[in-house]
Amino acid sequence: MEENKGASACGSHGCSHSNGGCGEKFLNPTPMLDELEKGPWPSFVSGFKTLAERTKKPMLRGVMDQLEYSYNTKMGYWKGGLVTVDGYGAGVITRYSMIKDKIPEAAEFHTMRIQPPPGLHYNTAMLRELCDIWEEYGSGMLTLHGQTGDIMLQGIDEANVQECFDKLNEKGWDLGGAGAGMRTAVSCAGPARCEQACYDNLELHLHALRHFVGQLHRPEWNYKIKFKFSGCPNDCTNAIMRSDLAVIGTWKDAIQVDEVAVKEWIEEKGVDALVNQVINLCPTRAISLEDGGMKIDTRDCVRCMHCLNAMPKALSPGKERGISLLMGGKNTLKVGVNMGSLIIPFMKMETEEDREKFMELVEEIIDWWDDNGLDHERIGETIERVGLRQFLDGVGLDVDINQVSRPRDNPYFKAKY
Amino acid sequence: MNIMSSPERTWKTIESGPHTYKEALHPVVINNYGKWKYHEIPRPGVLKHVGESGDTLFTVRAGTPRQDTVDMVRQLCDIADRYCDGHLRFTVRNNVEFLTPNGENVEPMIRDLEAMGFPVGGAGNCVSSVSHTQGWLHCDIPATDASGVVKSMMDTLYNEFKHMEMPNKVRLSTSCCSINCGGQADIAVVVKHTRPPRINHDHLSMICELPKAVARCPVAAIRPTVVNGKRSLMVDEAKCICCGACFGACPAMEINHPEHSKFAIWVGGKNSNARSKPSTMSIVAHNLPNNPPRWPEVTDAVGRILTAYKAGGRPWERVGEWINRIGWKRFFEETGLTFDEDMIDSYRHARTTFNQSAHVRF
Repeated sequence: MEENKGASACGSHGCSHSNGGCGEKFLNPTPMLDELEKGPWPSFVSGFKTLAERTKKPMLRGVMDQLEYSYNTKMGYWKGGLVTVDGYGAGVITRYSMIKDKIPEAAEFHTMRIQPPPGLHYNTAMLRELCDIWEEYGSGMLTLHGQTGDIMLQGIDEANVQECFDKLNEKGWDLGGAGAGMRTAVSCAGPARCEQACYDNLELHLHALRHFVGQLHRPEWNYKIKFKFSGCPNDCTNAIMRSDLAVIGTWKDAIQVDEVAVKEWIEEKGVDALVNQVINLCPTRAISLEDGGMKIDTRDCVRCMHCLNAMPKALSPGKERGISLLMGGKNTLKVGVNMGSLIIPFMKMETEEDREKFMELVEEIIDWWDDNGLDHERIGETIERVGLRQFLDGVGLDVDINQVSRPRDNPYFKAKY
Repeated sequence: MNIMSSPERTWKTIESGPHTYKEALHPVVINNYGKWKYHEIPRPGVLKHVGESGDTLFTVRAGTPRQDTVDMVRQLCDIADRYCDGHLRFTVRNNVEFLTPNGENVEPMIRDLEAMGFPVGGAGNCVSSVSHTQGWLHCDIPATDASGVVKSMMDTLYNEFKHMEMPNKVRLSTSCCSINCGGQADIAVVVKHTRPPRINHDHLSMICELPKAVARCPVAAIRPTVVNGKRSLMVDEAKCICCGACFGACPAMEINHPEHSKFAIWVGGKNSNARSKPSTMSIVAHNLPNNPPRWPEVTDAVGRILTAYKAGGRPWERVGEWINRIGWKRFFEETGLTFDEDMIDSYRHARTTFNQSAHVRF
């Protein structure tokens, strides 16, 4: 490996760093990036510098130089390619520098996407193992977490990828998704630390992603497909907009009311607060003031979560819990934002059998998309193009009024005759 | 040489999918799994969960740069080992959370985190960490560096992260291109290209599949052509909407430009179902310069919106709900931003954003 190449190039801007004298600096001057060391919010630049000065990895110096160059020219300089591990067709995001003639030390800077535990729950032994392996084979830079939900180990040479993967895989880590296949999923904290969780999203997440592990590692569909698992309609994972398959916890029966806690809440906050901050904010006017307390008409409740959020001690989700499945969420490119829409109003999700039944359904759904979708078309776009009714028919799902916000406002269809 | 199939490889891959989670859970979490009764926020950045069993669990939440290092993660592990029996988690907004049943650990843990430079906050009615993208550090199609924009923004919003003085939670996102991987949020800072792609006709046919690039365009503005005897593509610049979709399929159609790739600010995204249905964002400012290393114009616009929302929002109103009550006219007046003709939708389903009523605000 090259050592200390360019380390002496300490120019007029390079001496403002706090860590050590100019002559001993491993890093080259980065005056633009140094501006991001100012201010109270934790600085990623300071973090990178500390790591680089400690480990003296030339790749880190190269990537800092390239980033500084980008800050000056306002352009990016990475191009893709194809690097992977034995038997996989995805999971390593390949990056080659377009300016390696100028900055050779970061000629390769590949990312390994790693699937974290559902709910991003860790123990320190797991994380320390991950860090030790990553420091040995890679740059030591990482993102917790990428927008699809992966741990992003950023910065490794192709020559080290397989061995790094093997070491990680021995410790229970596996690569995440990329390309036109199943992608890594995201879950909220779930029943591990939330009273609103209406199903075991962590277990379903693990189950579903293991079920589709082959299609995650070897992409073969029209385009990407993503799961997100939110425990309740607060939807802390933004499943409705960020996933093709949004699995959101809900309940069917009445909100559970702890009358004593309701009384305490009103005593503490007052009737004004009950009216202004709970009753008046119910979107379907399902709550009324009665004898100085609250009465919820379950038939009018849409499970929006507001009153439960406002009075977490007094109100809880009902007892008959399960999931709603929404489909088709994706962001702007190319058709504009697609919000997920409701496909299955309720499914129980308590047992291994429930999870298996759900996986069978998702298999059907993906098969339909595989047959009917076009290249680079997300499933929501396919449903919109082909028709929701045609999709339901194709997958064998029941039509349900909850799938629409209202019946159609035009007469242009041909009923059966 | 393909070192990936090197004969000395001894490990046989286990396609295990996500890492398992049960061993990551604190014993108190395991004992109360699915049986939590309620939670409260005793102070900014701290959650207190109480189980049906009567057990309590404290969570201390702190902001991170997201763009981390092994050194930083080990520091976080040291905190978790010292105070939380070795358990921690992350939120989807890049905050780190430390979980302990021991209430006495909370204050010293906060002191240690703050001393290390990790601000404690981000819970309840405050500005939480920014959900954001990768940028120049690693992405192959970015027009900016989200990490730098976010750092600059959060420096100015530091106190709003640490105190609960907003009407409701505020979620921010930042994205380096129009794909908007940062996602829908109360306020989003997203690159907006303002010029059609610049085409490298010398390279295009060698590095791009022409039909794929043509098919990628949502407005059918790309057509095959021949330039200097080479097969290439041309863009009907009158039709082009500067989305950048072609660039993803064909690197020879460069959409990024040091001056013409600008920033837009969007507001009113909400994914929670609480009260109003989930909503997508509307554009409220654009043509802001991409101005590293501190992006002051972007930070200023976000600050104006937050100042107006903080002053005028009612309890529980998210940014979009606040605007729905006061109306867009007052939103622009109170933030000092300017509504212009480009903010009238001209894309698919544009009519759904027209005012189909006689409701008028004067």
